[in-house]
Amino acid sequence: MTDDSKLIEQIVNRYGGEVGMLIPMMQDLQAECGYLPTEHLRCLGKQLGLPLSRLYAVATFYASFRLAPKGAHEVTLCVGTVCYLKGAGAVSEAICKEFGVEPGGTTRDRLFTFQAVNCLGACAVAPVMLVDGKYYESVTAESALEILSGLTKDKETAEKGAEA
Amino acid sequence: MTVHGNGQLTDVSDLQHMREELLSLRIASAKSIHVCTGPGCTAKGSPKLYELFCKAAKQAGANVKVLPKAVGCHGLCECGPIVIVQPGDIFYQRVEEPDIAEIFRETLLGDRLVDRLVYEDPATGKKLDTVGKIPFYKVQERIALAYNGLIDPTQITDYIAEGGYSALAKVLSSMTPEDVISEVERAGLRGRGGGGFPTARKWRSCREAKGSPKYVICNGDEGDPGAFMDRAIMEGNPHCVIEGMLIGAFGIGSEQGYIYVRNEYPLSVDRLKQAIEQAKKLGLLGENILGSSFSFDIRINRGGGAFVCGESTALMASLEGRTGEPRAKYIHTVESGLWEKPTNLNNVETWANVPHIINKGSKWFSGIGTQKSKGTKVFSLVGKVVNTGLVEVPMGITLRRIVDEIGGGIRDGKSFKAVQTGGPSGGCVPAEHLDARVDFDELTKLGSMMGSGGMIVMDEDTCMVNVAKYFTEFLQKESCGKCTSCREGVSQMLHILERIAKGEGQVGDVDKLEELAELLEGTALCALGKTAANPTLSTIRYFRDEYDAHILEQHCPAKECRGLFLYEIDAEACKACGICKKNCPEDAISGEKKVPHVIDQAKCTRCGTCWDKCPFTAVMKV
Repeated sequence: MTDDSKLIEQIVNRYGGEVGMLIPMMQDLQAECGYLPTEHLRCLGKQLGLPLSRLYAVATFYASFRLAPKGAHEVTLCVGTVCYLKGAGAVSEAICKEFGVEPGGTTRDRLFTFQAVNCLGACAVAPVMLVDGKYYESVTAESALEILSGLTKDKETAEKGAEA
Repeated sequence: MTVHGNGQLTDVSDLQHMREELLSLRIASAKSIHVCTGPGCTAKGSPKLYELFCKAAKQAGANVKVLPKAVGCHGLCECGPIVIVQPGDIFYQRVEEPDIAEIFRETLLGDRLVDRLVYEDPATGKKLDTVGKIPFYKVQERIALAYNGLIDPTQITDYIAEGGYSALAKVLSSMTPEDVISEVERAGLRGRGGGGFPTARKWRSCREAKGSPKYVICNGDEGDPGAFMDRAIMEGNPHCVIEGMLIGAFGIGSEQGYIYVRNEYPLSVDRLKQAIEQAKKLGLLGENILGSSFSFDIRINRGGGAFVCGESTALMASLEGRTGEPRAKYIHTVESGLWEKPTNLNNVETWANVPHIINKGSKWFSGIGTQKSKGTKVFSLVGKVVNTGLVEVPMGITLRRIVDEIGGGIRDGKSFKAVQTGGPSGGCVPAEHLDARVDFDELTKLGSMMGSGGMIVMDEDTCMVNVAKYFTEFLQKESCGKCTSCREGVSQMLHILERIAKGEGQVGDVDKLEELAELLEGTALCALGKTAANPTLSTIRYFRDEYDAHILEQHCPAKECRGLFLYEIDAEACKACGICKKNCPEDAISGEKKVPHVIDQAKCTRCGTCWDKCPFTAVMKV
C-alpha cells in the first residue's frame, strides 16, 4: 500500500467511512496535500464507492477546494460589502493586473494564491487583506501592491524580512 | 470541584453545586482584565496584548491577584483593541502594546485611570470611563450577546459560573417537551436567520412529524457580506448555542445535532469543538444528560465556501456530502430533511436566545420588542458610520437611533444616503424612512428585510446603481445554477446593471430589470433567487433618479462610476506643485510653476490618479 492510499484510508476511517462525511474528508485531504490531486480523489472515491464525477462535482462546487497546488503564500482579500464600499474592488483589480492572477488562482511563479472572499468580519478596519494569516488593515491598491511585492518564494526569508 | 469519579455531573444539583463552588473560588479582591479578541480587535493585534497581560500578571507574583481573560467580541470594533478592567467596568480603547505596563501599574495595582485611553464622546468631548456611560452601549439591550466580553469562551466553568446550563437543568428537572415548546411559543421567538419564522411552530411540526431519528441543526453558515453576528456568538460564547440546541432537541425529541459553520470561520470551529468536548466531559452532552433519560450529541461540519448553503435545504444537502443545491420548498424539512428524516434548523442567534427565554420566562422576553417581533436583534453596524461594531437592540427601535445614537452618525461630516439591511436578499432604506421601526414586518414593507443582521450604512459618496451591481454580481457568482431563472435571470440583471454603470444604459433598461425581478420572484427555486432582485428593486424604488442620470445623462451623481463624472482642478486650492502633472499617465495636465494646473478633458481618461495623488485636495470630481 502506498503512503497516499494509507493517508486516504486514515481519513476515511476518521469519519467511520460515512459517505455523508465526504466534504470533511476532502477538507482533511486538502489540508494534508495543499490541494486535491486527481489520483487522491479517485482513490477516495473508490474507498467510498463513489464515482469520481461525484467528487469532482463537490470539489468544483465549493469555493474552498483547489484542484491545483497553491502558491508559497496565501493572500486573502476581503471583498465583502464594507470593504467593497471602501475600495476593495480597486485593490483586487490592481493585484490581478500587477501579478497576472485571477481571484481563486495562483500566480504563474507560484508565489501566492489569491483569494477574494466575502467578509472576514473585520469591517472596522476595511478594506482588509490577509497574508498568511496576518491582517493588513485599511489597504489601498498602492499599499497592497507594496506588501505583496515584498513577498519572496522562500517563506522563511519573507518572515525574517517582515520582522526586520 | 464536583466529586464524581469520572468528573461528570450526574444530577441537576451537581450543576448547582459546581456553580456555587466556582463562585466561592472567585477571590473578592481579584481583578480581571478582559481583552477583546473578536475579529475586529484581533485584526488590530489584540491577541498580542492578551499575551503581554498574561506575562505581566505572571511577573507580578502570586500576591497580586490579576486574571487576564481573552474574551469574545465586545462590540465597539471601531475603538479596538478594547480592554475592560473588572470590577468597575473600566473601558479602555485603542490599546497598544506600550500601554500594557501602564494599565497594569496604574489601574490594576493603583486603582487609577489611564486618562489617555479613556473613551471620549465625540459629540460632547466628555471623557466616559465605563462601558455603561458610552452612548454606543447605552441604547443597547443584550440577550444573545449577554455574556460576550464577560466570559472566557474557552472555559466552560466561566459560563457555568454565570448561570450557564441552568436553563437546561430547569428543562430536564421540571419541564415536559411540550412545556418547552409552549414557553418558546409564548415568548414569540422568531427565526433570526432572516425569514422570521416562528421558532416554536417549527419545533412543534418537527416534534409531531413521523419518522426517526430526528435531527436538529444550527446554521452557522453566515454568508452575508458585512455580517459577523453569528461569528461573534460562536466565538464569544459557544456554550449558549450548545445549551440552546440541547433545549430545542429535548423539546423536539432529537438525539443528534449538527452545527454547520462557514468555512471562513476557523476560529468558530475551534471554539465550538472545544466547547463540545468540555460539555461532554461534564456530562452535559452525551448519554443520560444530568442523570435524565435525555441523550444528545453534536457534530460540527465545516462549510465549503458556498453562500447558497445558508439556505436550509442546500445546507442539508451539503451535510449529506453533496453539492449544496436547494430543493423545492413544498417538501418541508421538518418532515423530510437531512437523510429524509424530520429536521429542525435554526440560526445561531435563535439558539442563543433559547436559554434566556427558559431562565427568565416567556413573559420577560415578550415584554421586549414590538407586537409581532419579540426580543432583540443583533446587527453588525458597518459602513460609513462613526462607530463600526456589533450591536444588539430591542426590536422596534428606529433605524435613526441605531445610525445616529449607537453608530454616532456618518463619518467625515458627510450626509446619510441609505442603510442596507438583509444582505444580498435585502434592500436599501433611504433617509425618508429612517424613523421606521426595525422589526421583521416593517423592514419587509419598505422593500428590504431583517435578514441575518448586516446593517450597512451608506453616505452621499455611494452610488446606488453600483450597490445594486455589487450585490447582483455577488448573487450571480453564488447562484448554484440548478434552476434556470436564477442562473440566467441574475446574469441578465447583472449584464444590464453593468452597462448602466458604464454609461451605456439604454432607455427601458429599468423596466427590463423590473421584469426580470418579477420573473425571479415567481419562478426561482429557493430564497436566493426569489429575493435576488431586492437590492436592485429597492434602489430603483428609492433612487430612480440615479438610474436615470446614468442612463440619460451618462452621469453618476455620487461620482463613483468611473467615466461618468469629470475631474477638475480647483484653481484656488491648487498650489501648482506639479505632482498631478508628473503622475498623469496621459499627459493631460498642464501648468507651470506658480500657475494653477488645468486638466485637458479631451485627453483625460478619468483614471483618478490626480485625485489620489493631490496633497491639497485641489482635484475635484464634478
